[in-house]
Amino acid sequence: MQTRPSSHALPRAWLRKAFAIAALACTEAIATDPLSEYRRMLADDNPAELAVARGEELWKMPRGPRNASLAGCDLGKGPGVLSGAYAALPRHFADTGSVMDLESRLVHCMVTIQGLARAEVTAAPFSERGAAQTDLEVLTAYVAAQSRGATIRVPQQAQDELDSYARGRDLFFRRAGPYDFSCASCHGADGQRIRLQELPNLTRTEGARSAFAHWPAYRVSHGAVRTMQWRLSDCVRQERLPELLFGSPASIDLTMYLGVLASGATMDAPSLRR
Amino acid sequence: MADPMKLRASMHVDRVEVKILMAHPEESGFRKGPDGSTVPAHFISNVTVQHAGREVLRAQWGPAISKNPFLQFAFRGAARGDELTVTWIDNLGETRTDRVTVA
Repeated sequence: MQTRPSSHALPRAWLRKAFAIAALACTEAIATDPLSEYRRMLADDNPAELAVARGEELWKMPRGPRNASLAGCDLGKGPGVLSGAYAALPRHFADTGSVMDLESRLVHCMVTIQGLARAEVTAAPFSERGAAQTDLEVLTAYVAAQSRGATIRVPQQAQDELDSYARGRDLFFRRAGPYDFSCASCHGADGQRIRLQELPNLTRTEGARSAFAHWPAYRVSHGAVRTMQWRLSDCVRQERLPELLFGSPASIDLTMYLGVLASGATMDAPSLRR
Repeated sequence: MADPMKLRASMHVDRVEVKILMAHPEESGFRKGPDGSTVPAHFISNVTVQHAGREVLRAQWGPAISKNPFLQFAFRGAARGDELTVTWIDNLGETRTDRVTVA
């Protein structure tokens, strides 16, 4: 096949200009965080809203052996008060004499108000990939959504709230397991990342705020809403530590530690994560 | 029954911008479950949007649509307060219809 010089070749100056514009566009795209851009594009239509709608239905539906709804559940602001409740959790509850986070409190309400069996409620707290969301996930999403825009104020008044924070901080820095990892190994310095994911420095206020204010979140890669308990248990799994049991004191203490550091930020959950 | 859709419709000068978020598993029919068996295909095959007896959108979808699909489009010829009817039908014959008022 014969080739011949193109009769309509682009002028050299035009080409140079075109390349310069393309290069500029690339640097700009890298300069602005591509993940936050991605979140912004999807935020308007967060599929977490579907889970929130199901959670609301479930919250109001009479269920269990006692055929009761969760409307009388006290999340710390009085029975049935949801507005801003999630922004002040974990906290001390006088009726159980312990510190509870939202998810363990929801279990408590399902057991005491609806008469459901604890073992049944907590058998599979997180949905499998591709499966429908669990009751606990949609309820968590619904309750969290009622605190959108509220200021995070995780209490530090009762003695066991102070103790919980101290234990959470110790756990955060405690190195263990086959990798000799602690939470702080990944989340204790600025500018760390796994692959392309920037890891927040959870020992600093800004990092803790951005993390705490955005869970629960719709994980696009899972096609599901994931909760704070899931987030912690998956971190612990990646550290190769023994399984972090759902609603365990260790999980609540870690949440308490992050929540206290994040206090003052504005709650914006359920959010959207990659 | 299928979960309700999240619908929004708003006027932008003379265009109505419609945003539809559907709750659907959207199984392609190629994915394997935890036990190794194929998860049967389950996806939305037809979407229609009606305005005052007029069809303003008709879509034929296949198995390559993501879970909880989001659809956005705009059209002319409607006014504030008009009602739109959105319907989807999936390959198993399940269907869901929701209505939204143009804001």
